[in-house]
Amino acid sequence: MAFDLSHPMQLIAALTPDIVVMLGGMVLMLTSAWGTESTERQRSVGIAGIGVCCVAALVVLYFMMIGTTAGPGVIAVDNFRWIVDLILLAATAGTLGLMLDYNAREEILPAEAHVLVLFATSGMMILAAARDLTIVFLGIELMSIAVYILTGMNRRSEKSAEGALKYFLLGAFSTGFLLYGIALVYGATGTTNLTLIGERVAANHVMSSTMLLVGIGLMLIGFGFKVALAPFHMWAPDVYEGAPTPITAYMAAAVKAAAFASLLRIFLEAFSGEVPTWHVAVWWLAAITMVAGNLIALASKDIKRLLAYSSIAHAGYILVLLTTGQALGSSAFLFYIVAYTLATFGAFGVVVALGQAGEPHLNVDDFAGLWTVRPWLSVAMAVCMLSLLGFPIFGGAGFFAKWYVIQAALQAPEPQTRLAVLLVLTSVISSGYYMYVVLVMFMKPRDEGQAVSDPRSVGTATRWVIGLSTVTLLVLGVFPNALVALTQRPGSYLHAPMPQVTEVIQR
Amino acid sequence: MTDFLNGIHYNSWILPVLLIIPLVGALLVWAHGASRMGLADADANAGPARQITVWTLIVEFIVSCGLWWSFVPGVAGWQAGVDMAWIPAWGVRFSLGVDGISLMLVLLTTLTMPLAVLGGWTSIKSKIHAYLGLLLILTSGMLGVFLSRDLFLFYVTWEVMLIPMYFIIGIWGGQRRIYASLKFFIYTMLGSLLMLVAIVYLGIHNRDLLTGVPNFSYDAMLASGALTPKTSLWLFGAFFMAFAVKVPVFPFHTWLPDAHTEAPTAGSVILAGIMLKMGTFGFLRFALPLFPGSAMNPTVRAIILTLAVIGIIYGALVAMVQPDFKKLIAYSSVSHLGFVMLGIFALTVQSVQGALLVMINHGISTGALFLLIGMMYERRHTRMLADYGGIARVVPMFAAALTFVSLSSIGLPGLNGFVGEFLVLLGSFRTYPIFSVIATTGVIFAACYLLWAIQRILFNKLDKPENERMPDLNWREIGLLVPLLICIVWLGVYPAPVLRRMEASAEQVVRTVQTNAMRAASQSAALPGGE
Repeated sequence: MAFDLSHPMQLIAALTPDIVVMLGGMVLMLTSAWGTESTERQRSVGIAGIGVCCVAALVVLYFMMIGTTAGPGVIAVDNFRWIVDLILLAATAGTLGLMLDYNAREEILPAEAHVLVLFATSGMMILAAARDLTIVFLGIELMSIAVYILTGMNRRSEKSAEGALKYFLLGAFSTGFLLYGIALVYGATGTTNLTLIGERVAANHVMSSTMLLVGIGLMLIGFGFKVALAPFHMWAPDVYEGAPTPITAYMAAAVKAAAFASLLRIFLEAFSGEVPTWHVAVWWLAAITMVAGNLIALASKDIKRLLAYSSIAHAGYILVLLTTGQALGSSAFLFYIVAYTLATFGAFGVVVALGQAGEPHLNVDDFAGLWTVRPWLSVAMAVCMLSLLGFPIFGGAGFFAKWYVIQAALQAPEPQTRLAVLLVLTSVISSGYYMYVVLVMFMKPRDEGQAVSDPRSVGTATRWVIGLSTVTLLVLGVFPNALVALTQRPGSYLHAPMPQVTEVIQR
Repeated sequence: MTDFLNGIHYNSWILPVLLIIPLVGALLVWAHGASRMGLADADANAGPARQITVWTLIVEFIVSCGLWWSFVPGVAGWQAGVDMAWIPAWGVRFSLGVDGISLMLVLLTTLTMPLAVLGGWTSIKSKIHAYLGLLLILTSGMLGVFLSRDLFLFYVTWEVMLIPMYFIIGIWGGQRRIYASLKFFIYTMLGSLLMLVAIVYLGIHNRDLLTGVPNFSYDAMLASGALTPKTSLWLFGAFFMAFAVKVPVFPFHTWLPDAHTEAPTAGSVILAGIMLKMGTFGFLRFALPLFPGSAMNPTVRAIILTLAVIGIIYGALVAMVQPDFKKLIAYSSVSHLGFVMLGIFALTVQSVQGALLVMINHGISTGALFLLIGMMYERRHTRMLADYGGIARVVPMFAAALTFVSLSSIGLPGLNGFVGEFLVLLGSFRTYPIFSVIATTGVIFAACYLLWAIQRILFNKLDKPENERMPDLNWREIGLLVPLLICIVWLGVYPAPVLRRMEASAEQVVRTVQTNAMRAASQSAALPGGE
């Protein structure tokens, strides 16, 4: 089925999953505005939110099944978008699941917290679909504003407020860069449509290449803030530490996935004709991010900060895919974020399960001897750590994800061998902190009076999130074929437009 | 016997079954553990789990013994095996095979594992289920390394065996276990991740030109060749790092004394007996045949041989001054593995065969030594040589066993140690006489440190009152030592059947490397400065 995007109704039809999430969010907001705040109320809204995600996911699956495509237009209808949507929806459901238990414990009663997550997700889904720079901006803003509020959701916590303010100020600042970049690109090419930009860049129809280059650079900086690439990562650890833990997981997985999806789409579809000029910048960004993220993570003691730096390092690994400047990177990206999202949610799920009311600092050393009191939680955490490290079998799909990245880096017409070597060397550094978490849980003896000394019972929803992520990771670690096939379906590869497509637009 | 095995199509199913049996055992053990989870007496009632583990490993050994008869001596290629698609989109296959190089190592593994479990029967007292399950998974991982015919599968199994050993050292080890286990892990990771990049590179280099799907099959890589000398050298370097850490070759050996000393008895036995051979096996299976140009490069060879000889002498000298018996044996491994490296890189049929034999012998003798140390430690809770003395009168059977095994490790003619080292020295003398002469002194040093050590433990004066009441070996301990002692005598007196099974493959390796090296040399000569 092919959508004709110049037709408004067909455009709306092509946006069905996004609209489902948005409408679901609006309806839930209206219902949650009636009545008083209570734990039960936020619980039922949260469960309804998970339901909305499931409906949207079914729509996406239906679209995938009937094999939709679309003509040129402001949004993309391809497999890349659908897979990213599925990951975003799964991450949203996971976040809502963790929030059910977390918000009850922290007495964050407003049910609107769940609604805001849905709004942020709809922004991300639009971002994943956007094939026009104005739509990209719309998606980013919708996502960011909701996440700024979510970061400060815990009104009783100073750290939460500090994180929210920091995130908001730096986020607004980076949006400025992005917007300026978009304006310059528009000025240089005369269009905001990615397909047309790609065509004009390839044909050298640009007004002034300096203007375009500055534009590209500013956009890269804007996105660099959003996905936390070094040296634009300074906000990430404070924000990740201050935000409520489920929101931290959401930022580490979903925000990053959506922003990267858009970044890849813009650079591969619009700017791939200019690869030689931006390659160096992306190369160094990837290298610095991998090194800085891993080295600083090595020195972190707080588990949330540690995971924050680890997510910075992973942003570096993903950026390696962009340096190839080739379509095959996008398929590897899809595989990578599936594994990364699952591992991130498993790990943050454990952090939620072990946290206590008021969220005192949770140091890695507080996990000492966790194995003797909480065997399943420790095993799940170990699997997620090994997955983030990229270890085969015990770490499940994490290894295949890293493998795929290395393969994509080496298979490019200009193999990125040095970057691949740097990737594995920094992975060795990362084993220093991932394995330290495992080591503390399994090998250190328990001492009395630890922060997590009394093993409380873990909420049902949290249990499901941890269990599902871990089991899926392990199963994909032995039988990855279905996922590989999914990420290699036609439409997973982002590339500059074929000549005949653009003729149609111009006509 | 051969007819019977052919009748049941033994060769077509044995290798996957060898990998699956321990996994099933591990699942059973963990299921038993999960059903007892949270109970205070879970460890006290771990009897069934122990039984499952030992019987799984004994069945594994019995089943694997068929390989000895089904293996046709004098045939160089793969015998027995399977080849199935695993991840077709990435060109990854689940492909196993056994040849003369891996046959004896597989049998050594299946023989050592049940003995290692029996050796730690009473000394492991906590979290027994986890421990036993990890040992079983480790078995599958190690067998997978020896059996893989696909480099992706090889890498996966190579990494898989790392985690169980990390936990075994870190949870059930001695005083400094955490430090030792993390060091072990990071050293090994550093080497193997570089190899990962090299493997991906090779797979892509070897891809299907039509579809672009990489190909990781070992046989296809051997056939393709045609790497530029520079690339070949880099890739060889990456493989070298992975294997040299594992062997360990001299400057990369510092993890070994820590890991071996801190590991529980079963861990030390497996580390010394089997896992050290992974490195030398890797050289023989992958690093040499895949990159003959680099491996035969005179400079590279001279460097590696120098390191090997330094390892022999250095390991022996450091062993001599160790006050801790376990550390002494750990350093002696550095020395013995130096002989293996010498034999492999001297690259004559005799020296390669000798290297293979030293690998087996070292597994048996050092495995037995670590078992005996475990027994000593259980009785006296000390490994310091100074805490013993004159115990031969108190524990005569133990003393006899220790003396016997030590003599085999020294390389007394008539016992197993002699045959392998003699072949290595004989073979390497033809190509590298100087290295071979220096290495010979290592044999003398071996006699010094081991004889001196057993003198201080068994003989001298019985001056410590605690030692007067040491109980002698019990039936379990005798039972687990006897198979090893039999092997020691058998391999020392009549190694011909073993050598016959290795010969064709050893010859093939040497020939492949030499012809490929010549081909690579002529190619690079034809393309001056060719990239």
